[in-house]
Amino acid sequence: MDDFLSEAWAARDVIVGGLVQTLSISAVSILLGTLLGLMVGVCLVYGAWPLRLTARAYSDIMRGTPVLVLVLAAFYMPSVVGLRLAPFSAGVLALTLFCGAHIGELVRGALQTIPRGQTEAAKAIGLTFLGVLTYVLLPQALRGLLPPWINTCVEMVKASTLLSVIGVGELLLRTQEIIGRNFLTLQFYLLAGGLYLVINFAIEQAGKALERRVAFR
Amino acid sequence: MGYTLNFAVVWANLPKLLGGLLLGLELALASLAIGTLIGLVGGFLSVGASRAGRLLAGTYVAVVRNTPILVIVLMLYFALPDLGIQLEKVPSFITALSLYSGAYLTEVFRAGLIGVPKGLIEAGKAIGLTRFGIALHVIMPVMLRNVLPALGSTFISLFKDTSIAAAIAVPELTFQARRINVESFRVVEAWSVASAFYIATCFVIASALRGLERRFPKF
Repeated sequence: MDDFLSEAWAARDVIVGGLVQTLSISAVSILLGTLLGLMVGVCLVYGAWPLRLTARAYSDIMRGTPVLVLVLAAFYMPSVVGLRLAPFSAGVLALTLFCGAHIGELVRGALQTIPRGQTEAAKAIGLTFLGVLTYVLLPQALRGLLPPWINTCVEMVKASTLLSVIGVGELLLRTQEIIGRNFLTLQFYLLAGGLYLVINFAIEQAGKALERRVAFR
Repeated sequence: MGYTLNFAVVWANLPKLLGGLLLGLELALASLAIGTLIGLVGGFLSVGASRAGRLLAGTYVAVVRNTPILVIVLMLYFALPDLGIQLEKVPSFITALSLYSGAYLTEVFRAGLIGVPKGLIEAGKAIGLTRFGIALHVIMPVMLRNVLPALGSTFISLFKDTSIAAAIAVPELTFQARRINVESFRVVEAWSVASAFYIATCFVIASALRGLERRFPKF
């Protein structure tokens, strides 16, 4: 145990660095993925058929492929067309595309549950389509979207571990490097697992607090 | 650009890719079976009368669902030998995936158990069934039918999660695709074919499940 504590203390900067990397990967891909997902969801419900078909194909391909395959493909593929993507960018790209597809489906579901009368009423008072969307539909859809969105955030933090496979120095890869030095395998995997647990638990709790704030009163 | 598609290497490796796909399906099926047992126990515990049981099931679900599957896989494969438990790659991965799916299935079965109408249980009591008899003959059939869709989507995501076995060098589809990629640099071909295989398999499973749901109408 003393061994572990002194090793963990010695490796504190590395662990914190990995933690920061994990959090930034997750935050960037959740943010971009949510924006992408909003567009995909709107296209799926209100798009003209070419747009709808494209969004459907995109969503089905991304959701049918394992994240690890997406990550590896995003890492290896750009180089053959002459693009140079750093592992970090490739990983974030893969996670964003994955996140966008999942959130797109959530948005589609949320939009479809809103009664038609809402759109009709909004049109009747002369709102444009963009107005209907921003003032009437999205505010109602987003409320129902919050719980599954929080779930997706947790999934994204978990999926960020897959970037260790392509050499992004996030928490899991840093942990593996530390283990490679001191062979305290069990202890450091438990530490990493514990840290992920804390991050995700915090996200869940923050989500619940947010849900209470925006709940219908 | 300067990249021309050439699927020759991929076709030459087709048996290995298909073998990898099959292995992935086997891993997913085995994990689903064990995970279902864990999930049933967890589900009954989480709606049961025992406080300790509810706490145990709740903790298990919270811990496992918030831990990345890759961490669980690596921990079981690389760290368990420290405790004197040495597992081969495949059994180790199945154990990890079963533990992981068990947590999700606990939630699935919990929701299914809550959804069983009270009247059915009372009717079971009225005809003199024991508590065990009610669980077996009344609750289980209704609950299993109700959770069928959720069980199916869990199976699909388990199948996709088997790609993570590549991280401990289990030769499933992702591992094979990566090998082709590294050995021949047929990058686009390897990944597009692997991805197509995954998508097609998920589609087939989903269609089969829809058929199964139609075959057994909802209670």
